[in-house]
Amino acid sequence: MRHILSILVENEAGALSRISGLFSARGYNIESLTVAPTEDPTMSRMTIVTVGSDDVVEQITKQLNKLVEVVKVIDLTDGNHIERELMLVKVRAAGKDRDEMKRLADIFRGNILDVTDKSYTIELTGTGSKLDAFLQAMEPGVILETVRTGASGIGRGERILRI
Amino acid sequence: MQLTGAEIIIRCLQEEGVEYVFGYPGGAVLNIYDELFKQEKVKHVLVRHEQGAVHAADGYSRSSHKVGVALVTSGPGVTNAVTGIATAHMDSVPLVIISGQVPTHAIGQDAFQECDTVGITRPCVKHNFLVKDVKDIAVTIKKAFYLAASGRPGPVLVDIPKDVTQALAEYSYPKTVSLRSYNPVTKGHAGQIRKAVQLLLEAKRPMVYAGGGVILNNASSQLTRLVRLLGFPCTNTLMGLGAFPGTDPQFTGMLGMHGTYESNMAMQHCDVLLAVGARFDDRVIGNPASFFRSDRRIIHIDIDPSSISKRVKVDVPIVGYVTEVLDEMLKLIESSNIRPDPAALKIWWGEIKEWQRKDCLKYDKKSALIKPQFVVEKLYELTGGDAFITSDVGQHQMWAAQYYKFDKPRRWINSGGLGTMGFGLPAAMGVQLVNPGATVVCVTGEASIQMCIQELSTCKQYHLPIKIVNLNNRYMGMVRQWQEFFYGNRYAESYMDALPDFVKLAEAYGHVGMKIEKPGDVEGALKDALAQKERLVFLDFITDQTENVFPMIAAGKGLTEMILAEEL
Ligand SMILES: Cc1cc2nc3c(=O)[nH]c(=O)nc-3n(C[C@H](O)[C@H](O)[C@H](O)COP(=O)(O)OP(=O)(O)OC[C@H]3O[C@@H](n4cnc5c(N)ncnc54)[C@H](O)[C@@H]3O)c2cc1C
Ligand SMILES: Cc1ncc(C[n+]2csc(CCOP(=O)(O)OP(=O)(O)O)c2C)c(N)n1
Ligand SMILES: [Mg+2]
Repeated sequence: MRHILSILVENEAGALSRISGLFSARGYNIESLTVAPTEDPTMSRMTIVTVGSDDVVEQITKQLNKLVEVVKVIDLTDGNHIERELMLVKVRAAGKDRDEMKRLADIFRGNILDVTDKSYTIELTGTGSKLDAFLQAMEPGVILETVRTGASGIGRGERILRI
Repeated sequence: MQLTGAEIIIRCLQEEGVEYVFGYPGGAVLNIYDELFKQEKVKHVLVRHEQGAVHAADGYSRSSHKVGVALVTSGPGVTNAVTGIATAHMDSVPLVIISGQVPTHAIGQDAFQECDTVGITRPCVKHNFLVKDVKDIAVTIKKAFYLAASGRPGPVLVDIPKDVTQALAEYSYPKTVSLRSYNPVTKGHAGQIRKAVQLLLEAKRPMVYAGGGVILNNASSQLTRLVRLLGFPCTNTLMGLGAFPGTDPQFTGMLGMHGTYESNMAMQHCDVLLAVGARFDDRVIGNPASFFRSDRRIIHIDIDPSSISKRVKVDVPIVGYVTEVLDEMLKLIESSNIRPDPAALKIWWGEIKEWQRKDCLKYDKKSALIKPQFVVEKLYELTGGDAFITSDVGQHQMWAAQYYKFDKPRRWINSGGLGTMGFGLPAAMGVQLVNPGATVVCVTGEASIQMCIQELSTCKQYHLPIKIVNLNNRYMGMVRQWQEFFYGNRYAESYMDALPDFVKLAEAYGHVGMKIEKPGDVEGALKDALAQKERLVFLDFITDQTENVFPMIAAGKGLTEMILAEEL
């Protein structure tokens, strides 16, 4: 099962390597990991997408909580949540493909951020599967470059992660 | 008043009441050594290898419940210390290790004796710090002691660059620290405790399984009271020996890979299992799939949530300090008039007594060769069961655990989790220093003792009258045993060729050496050695090379699949 863990961590040098080291040392997998400071500059928030049985994810959560610099951990997939990922895609856009490409970006609510006479750079936000769908909708060979942030997540409604 | 970083470090150690620092100097810690030199409160013990420093601090802590302190220089000082740190980490021993680092401006430049200490030690410490500002030293050291000793204990390393030990700052030592991200749950959940007590009182085939957590938390008296009050059988892990008195009739012996037949059978066949400060290690329960029983309820008390339901799913998890949880349980049971069903308990004890009739620890007492078990039994008799016993890793360690009956906690000092050969002698130094006048015996093997043999020199310098009982079988016996059982007697590299003359070796270091070759001489030699209160005596017992440790459960097998001596 896929789980999304949201982690509040002290904004200290080394915290990230403690967390990534924990995953590799114990053989847990990381599908994606994003991290940035929060509105409180002493803390960062991390979103880790991992795959594992419920038992494994329970252990991961406990092991994360055990790290001295980890302030709080929640499993967003335990309840309703919102998940978003940002992707930048550079695609070939020349000749007759150009209009088609623009239309496709519109359908997926993408923004074209940069234009040359041969290419578009498109910004797309959504769930991971929406971004996958966009890439699949494209003809092979059209994609020149992609970069994705990995998922960020937040609970719905009153579900709040803070200290 | 402004103090240098090095002065601050020493002040902090004094403030923490540190009696001994085990260490080894080098460039990056010279400022700290200079300050050590100028005072007398904190005594320094100069070891002969940094591994020895950490093991000594470790033995000091395990036998006294105080935080052990080690001091090492950057680069090779740290890398030498890593084995000691990992050993303490696996067994949850509270240590503070202070390491020197190259000056802050040189970090990352591949400077002389630079290594990424925080990176190298990260996976084998409870926490570590790099202090880049002299103003942070005091609070960081305070945090280090607090983290090391609270919650699930463990080693904490503080890495301090040389320029930081020179820089000046105002000094004040914080009285307390708190970390918002670190708040171990210490008090057990009341509802869970009630549930546990109810299960215990309804049990028909109960078993108590207690481990290192009871020792670490000084909870032996509570555990003993509870077990006696309920009339239940009790087993201890290798790390828990002494948590419940080894001579108590309710004690069924150690359990696990080399545990007793009765403990392992009872563990497998009980209907309610109370696990206290024990972590269902693979050397204890064997294969979790064979251990599983749908009709057994498990209660697990542990300070570390990640120890609970890690290898074995439990029914009643209780997170908290053993002392606090057992106190609550005792209160509930003592204030209720319900007691476990005596008839059911009688039947259960009958079954256990039947298992005990196997007499699984018997061995040949008529042999013309010295049986290692006999040496440990004699040692037990002659010390009245009251010595501190440290050990290394191998067969001798298991025999010490099986045949020395520990009635008190903190008397049995060994490396269980990491299984570090070389631990015994330096650990004994720490034990002897914090228990002056006590009988401290290191039960070791001819292979293990050579891994930190250099510490004989430290023992001379500090007049540590340790007794070394070398069960010399000319083999890495434990390795040989596996090769005999599982590798068709192919003894690859397990014969200890070219052994030194241990008597001469001991003498060369300024100690007393004895070689004992006949069973009839064992008792006399031990008596003689134990009477030499001021001297370190190295007793080299030439033992039966072919002796094996029984019972034994092969790796990956279930608890009841024991190999017994008579079956071979
Ligand atoms: C050659 C060899 C053979 C071995 N054979 C055996 C064997 O036959 N039998 C055996 O038992 N072991 C054996 N071991 C040792 C084994 O590897 C483990 O080290 C040991 O079983 C673990 O003991 P434990 O479960 O008591 O846990 P420990 O490692 O002592 O862990 C303590 C537990 O208590 C918890 N705890 C700590 N402090 C507190 C507190 N204040 N309050 C509550 N909980 C706390 C911790 O979180 C942890 O879960 C062998 C080792 C070697 C080297
Ligand atoms: C540092 C280290 N290296 C290797 C091992 C693997 N090992 C476990 S027991 C053992 C043999 C120990 O021999 P000895 O000290 O003579 O004890 P004996 O088993 O003969 O009593 C070895 C090599 C270990 N535990 N630690
Ligand atoms: Mg040997």
